[in-house]
Amino acid sequence: MKVSGFWIGIVLMLAAGFVLAGVADNQFLFFAGYVILQGLIMAVAWNVLGGFTGYVNFGSAGFFAIGAYTAIALHQFAELPLLVLIVIAGIVCGLIGLGTGYLTLRLRGVYFAIATLAMAIVFESLITNWDYVGGSAGAYVITPAEVPFFDSFIEMMFILMLVLSLICVAVSRYLSMSRMGRGLASIRDDETAAECMGVPTLRLKLISTTVMGVMMGVAGAPFPFFVTYINPLSAFDLLIAVNAIAMPMIGGTAVWFGPVIGALLLGTIQQIVTVTISSELNILIVGAVLIAFVALAPRGIVGLFQDFARKRREGGK
Amino acid sequence: MDANGRLLDVQGLTKRFGGFVALNNVSMHLDPRERLGLIGPNGSGKTTMINCISGALFNEEGSVVFRGEEITGLPAFKRAELGISRSFQIPRPFRTMSILENMLVPMEYAAWGRVDHATHEDRAMEILALVGFQDRARENSGNLTQVDLRKLELARALAAQPDVLVSDESMAGLSSSEVDEVLEILFKLNERGVAVIMIEHIMRAVMRYCERIYVLDAGQLIAEGTPEEIQGNPDVERAYLGE
Repeated sequence: MKVSGFWIGIVLMLAAGFVLAGVADNQFLFFAGYVILQGLIMAVAWNVLGGFTGYVNFGSAGFFAIGAYTAIALHQFAELPLLVLIVIAGIVCGLIGLGTGYLTLRLRGVYFAIATLAMAIVFESLITNWDYVGGSAGAYVITPAEVPFFDSFIEMMFILMLVLSLICVAVSRYLSMSRMGRGLASIRDDETAAECMGVPTLRLKLISTTVMGVMMGVAGAPFPFFVTYINPLSAFDLLIAVNAIAMPMIGGTAVWFGPVIGALLLGTIQQIVTVTISSELNILIVGAVLIAFVALAPRGIVGLFQDFARKRREGGK
Repeated sequence: MDANGRLLDVQGLTKRFGGFVALNNVSMHLDPRERLGLIGPNGSGKTTMINCISGALFNEEGSVVFRGEEITGLPAFKRAELGISRSFQIPRPFRTMSILENMLVPMEYAAWGRVDHATHEDRAMEILALVGFQDRARENSGNLTQVDLRKLELARALAAQPDVLVSDESMAGLSSSEVDEVLEILFKLNERGVAVIMIEHIMRAVMRYCERIYVLDAGQLIAEGTPEEIQGNPDVERAYLGE
């Protein structure tokens, strides 16, 4: 079997992560890396439904928070290993994603987007009033001082997030490049025509919303352990939700590497700005960059490059 | 084929929208390789009829039988898999895709179980040649002209490898020479063994193309016959021109 450049890239990224973990002393690098990778998973997750399938949704933060709170609830119940929490949070959010998929039977476009926003708000009220997970006062998580194989807890969290994001990128790439990817794209372009061309639109939409849910949940589950304190406000943070939409929009939504580029770029800029200027300013930057891209390059960075390549090709004739 | 040798058999079909009866107890059939016309004034239920045949709408009463198999409750994508394909009155291309990619959607879904997967691109190119798009396969479908969109619509419906093609006003708004072009395509695909149900307002095209014609008026079937019979039918004249 031919080994593709993609898989070599995945292995290289993983190796780079381990090398960084072995060499770097500055703990902030892992902290910043974790935040960027968390954004990357959310961007990839949002793009499966919003980009490939064309169902834009504002509820992404809801799934992320449900993932985080599933982990909290299970952690309160029995101190299960983090990996187990992630798997269960993924399943829970996947099931909620599946339920969201049935909404697409009746809601399309802006109505679907608003319904998902409403859903996130409903979940936020539920969690705010659920004392077992801390209610509005929030919940603390004590992280272990020492972890096996790694120098520090944050280093382990960074590697964990790296592995999770590489898996999500691989899944998203498979979805977009397989026969299913063409089916999802046909739903995005014209759902009625797709159905008449034999595309099982409902089944594909359910797969799409479920995959989105699983990835969001997986991104959210480690979050309480990363920040060690979580409350409904921080889990359902608007900035987290906006980032998940802004990153794919900036990178380009039509292809699997669009959200990856967007997340790495925007995430890195945000971290640099947070450290060098102020943490409040980075919210402004997301807004400004997003408006600029929507107005000037609606197909994102990938679209810009495609246009540039086409012009060069046509100019060369 | 069912016992009568019919490809498609619609019996006693009734479709209501709330209190409005769009189709009332309509029966019609289609033989293999037949060229069938479905005409009638605006609002007479033609598009509702083919929506019920293709599965975009479900009829309340009556049955739709395809090759001897009851398909009344089947969703549209299943019917496409069985071999019922349609084009849309207002073209609905997959706009972010190239012409060839548009063709691959029905190949990879509707025809997936019936066609060797390795031959998809060759077959798509063959159909594209039929409509004159052989050199334009990589072009983006979002920028096509009206007549080209109609051709793509037909080519894509054909890519589903259907036994029946329902052509919903494929020629509306086209110039006379463009109508001839589209008719030529429809003749060619009928020669390949595809039965065609043509819905059209352009009588010149219907009379030239169809072997048999059904006439709908206000949800009722008012006439059936050869083009000559339909042209001489006083009921049809009344439906179109009033008394």
